[in-house]
Amino acid sequence: MYDRGWSDGLPLVPPTRERVLRMLEGTSRSGDEVVALMPPNLVDCTVEKVAVNSVMAGCLPEYLPVVLASLEAICTDDFNMHGVLATTMGVGPVLVVNGPIATRIGMNSGVNVLGHGNRANATIGRAVQLVVRNVGGGAPGGVDRATHGSMSKLGFCFAEDEAGSPWTTLAEDRGFDRSQDVVTAFCGEGPRILVDQKSRSAESLVRMLAEGLLASVSPRTVMGMDGLLVLSPEHMARFGDAGWDRPRFMEEIGKLLVVETDGILAGAGGIEEGLPEGLSGLTLPKFRPGGLLVVHAGGPAGLFSAIIGGWLNGPMGSEPTSREIIR
Amino acid sequence: MTEPLTVLDPTAEATPGQRSLNPRPPGLDGLTIGLLDISKPRGDVFLDRLEEQLTTQGAMVRRYAKPTFTKPAPVDLRHEIATQCDAVIEALAD
Repeated sequence: MYDRGWSDGLPLVPPTRERVLRMLEGTSRSGDEVVALMPPNLVDCTVEKVAVNSVMAGCLPEYLPVVLASLEAICTDDFNMHGVLATTMGVGPVLVVNGPIATRIGMNSGVNVLGHGNRANATIGRAVQLVVRNVGGGAPGGVDRATHGSMSKLGFCFAEDEAGSPWTTLAEDRGFDRSQDVVTAFCGEGPRILVDQKSRSAESLVRMLAEGLLASVSPRTVMGMDGLLVLSPEHMARFGDAGWDRPRFMEEIGKLLVVETDGILAGAGGIEEGLPEGLSGLTLPKFRPGGLLVVHAGGPAGLFSAIIGGWLNGPMGSEPTSREIIR
Repeated sequence: MTEPLTVLDPTAEATPGQRSLNPRPPGLDGLTIGLLDISKPRGDVFLDRLEEQLTTQGAMVRRYAKPTFTKPAPVDLRHEIATQCDAVIEALAD
């Protein structure tokens, strides 16, 4: 299988007929149903092909609906999987799962949430990428031209810790009901940990988070790239204790996520990269409206949060895209 | 002796259609050359220079641009280029 180019570099589970049939029992959808037009080769991708790749990735049948919904989300003009795959930036679909399904299939939203050790987290993201590779024909060195790549190209999927959060969930923030199973695809790089072990107040911590987020992707990008902030439980507790809900947090951090353009013009500080001269004298938001996504996840101890930088956003690039997970 | 293991094909099982390039034109005089800007920064600088060079060699130049470099060229744009030009040069730049 490796010699045929089917692998992402890791060993694969052989997709025997029996295993694929058992995988298909994970969904009520017919094996010949077309899930998406798969980039980059723009071929019809059936439920069965997704099942074959999900077996290879190591998924259990109950994960299949999440893989299917993830593929539906990324194979849209909004998410633009073709561009996400082809870009030289090291980004890929970061998949955030909300709803009861996360607990039901044993996803991790706690200790080491963005790392290893959980079968559902590790294999759902991997299955999605294997489908892009094998069905879509997108492999590194081919259409995938990433300079460095990142773990989000191998597979990056996790669940939000909903039970431990005083806030509404990411999916609720995006218009879904808490009882719905939802996956949100965000085009992002690997996570960067932001340390703040001293802040005891919401007012202090929000300033620290904003300072870290201002450097997301580059200190000189404004509004063009989105961001995903993963608040740890201990950091979230600062806001919960202060009575800040999600809207209050977004309002407060929004006031701080502003950039004076004079400091980031091309040539400022002896750096040729930067905004054109015509944008001098302005105060601009770091993120466009809705361009900062916030979720709650991580182990119970640790005064860190994680920042996942995005890619070119909106119609020019990739739009965060959510889909309901249908069994 | 163990039974051979049969696995199902994870690929699209589709063979891409092979299309050959058009023959190289013997000269540029009288030809219409399309210059496609993928909309990366400074692609226009490169294409402006190419247009100068092509024009001095007798070619007629038509300029096109993708709406965004992150997505494939829309089918209408590809059709427009194919029907209006004898050859096309695409600029990747930064």
